Amino acid sequence: MEFNSNKAIYLQICDAICEQILSGGLLPDARIQSVREYGADIGVNPNTVMRSYEKLTGEGIIYNKRGIGYFIASEAREIILEQQKRKFMEDELPQILRRMKLLGIDASVLSGKIPE
Amino acid sequence: MIKIENLGFSYGEKPVLKNITMTLEEGKIYGLLGENGVGKTTLLTLLCGLKNVKTGSIDVDGHVPYKREPSFLSDLYYLSDEVPEVNMKATDYAKNYGKFWEKFEISKFHEIMGIFENDPEQKMNRMSFGQLKKTYISFALACNCKYIFMDEPTNGLDIPSKAQFRKAVTRYTSEDSTLLISTHQVRDLENIIDPIIILDRQDVLLNASIAEISEKLYFDYSNERKDSALYSEMIPGGSIQVYPNTSCEESKVNIEALFNTVHLHKELVKGIFSK
Repeated sequence: MEFNSNKAIYLQICDAICEQILSGGLLPDARIQSVREYGADIGVNPNTVMRSYEKLTGEGIIYNKRGIGYFIASEAREIILEQQKRKFMEDELPQILRRMKLLGIDASVLSGKIPE
Repeated sequence: MIKIENLGFSYGEKPVLKNITMTLEEGKIYGLLGENGVGKTTLLTLLCGLKNVKTGSIDVDGHVPYKREPSFLSDLYYLSDEVPEVNMKATDYAKNYGKFWEKFEISKFHEIMGIFENDPEQKMNRMSFGQLKKTYISFALACNCKYIFMDEPTNGLDIPSKAQFRKAVTRYTSEDSTLLISTHQVRDLENIIDPIIILDRQDVLLNASIAEISEKLYFDYSNERKDSALYSEMIPGGSIQVYPNTSCEESKVNIEALFNTVHLHKELVKGIFSK
C-alpha cells in the first residue's frame, strides 16, 4: 500500500477498510484478515494495524469474535456514510466555500452543475 | 522483557555507551537509530552476550546475556551486519546450524527464501552480498526465536527485497518475540519499526511508540510557516515542519525529520516525552 497523505498510517488503514466496505468489497459478517496477515500484506507493523482495528471496533464498523478474528458489522455501511457526510459538511464543504470566495465564484454557478 | 540499567561500556579507555537505561517489551519491533559511532552495534552485541557490560546491568527475562546459558542462546538470534561466506549450500547450512535453535523450522527457511526469490541450492560463498544477506535473514526468522537482534539488515538488499523484508518480518515473527533492528535506512523500515529508540553516546534520547510520537509531535507537510517549528526541511512542493502537537490530531511520523528534531533539541524533546 502506498501511503502518501499526512495522515497517521493507522488512520489511512481505517480509510482503506472503510473504502472497501463502501465499494462492496467487504460485506457484512465477512471476516477481515488478521492483524499480522494484513500487516504483512501492506508492509506495516502489526501493532499499527491493531490500532486501526481497535478504532474501527470502537466506532462499531467491525466487531471482534474472541479467538476467531474481526468481522464487518452489519450496520458498517450506514455508520461510515454517516461519518463521511458529517465530515463533508464540517470540513470539506467549508473549504470549498472558502475557495469559492477566494476565487470570486458566485454560488449561482453551482445550480447548473448539480445533477437531478 | 529486556531491562537495561545504567549500562556503560568502553573499548579500552574509549567510552562508547554511558548510562543507558531502557526497557524493551515483548511483541514489538524496535527500531534502533543513532549517528555513526554512538554504539548501536556495541549495544546489540552486549544484549546477545558477545561482550560484557563494564557498568550497570542487562536483564533479559531473568537471564544475564553474558552468562550465555544454552537455554537463552537457543531462543536468541543475532544477525550481524557482516555475514560469513560459508562454503556450503544454503539449505545444508540451514539443516546443520538450525540444530542449535530449538524451534528452528527448515520449511519456514525455504518459505522465506522463496519470498526473497533466493535459491537454497546455491553455495553461500558464490552468492552476491545481497543474496547472502537474504539467506541469513531467512535463517534468522526460521529460528523462531523470542529475541531477534538485527544490525543493518537491509544493507545491500536490492529494491524489491526491501518490501519482501518488511513482509517477512511481519509475517514470520511471533506475537511474543522482541525484535531490535538497528538501521540508518529508515525509509526501508518506515511503517515497520515501532517503537523508535534514538541513541546518543551518553544517553537514550527517545524510546517511544509511533502512537506516542504522533500524539506529542506534529509533522506538518503544508506550506504554512510556523514559528513554533522545532525543525523544518524543504522538500519538493513545500516543507516538513515538526512542532509540539497542541491539537489532538495525529499526523504521519516522518522518521528522518524526527531524528533531526531530536538531535537539534535533545533536552526539549526529552522534556516533552517524559510528561
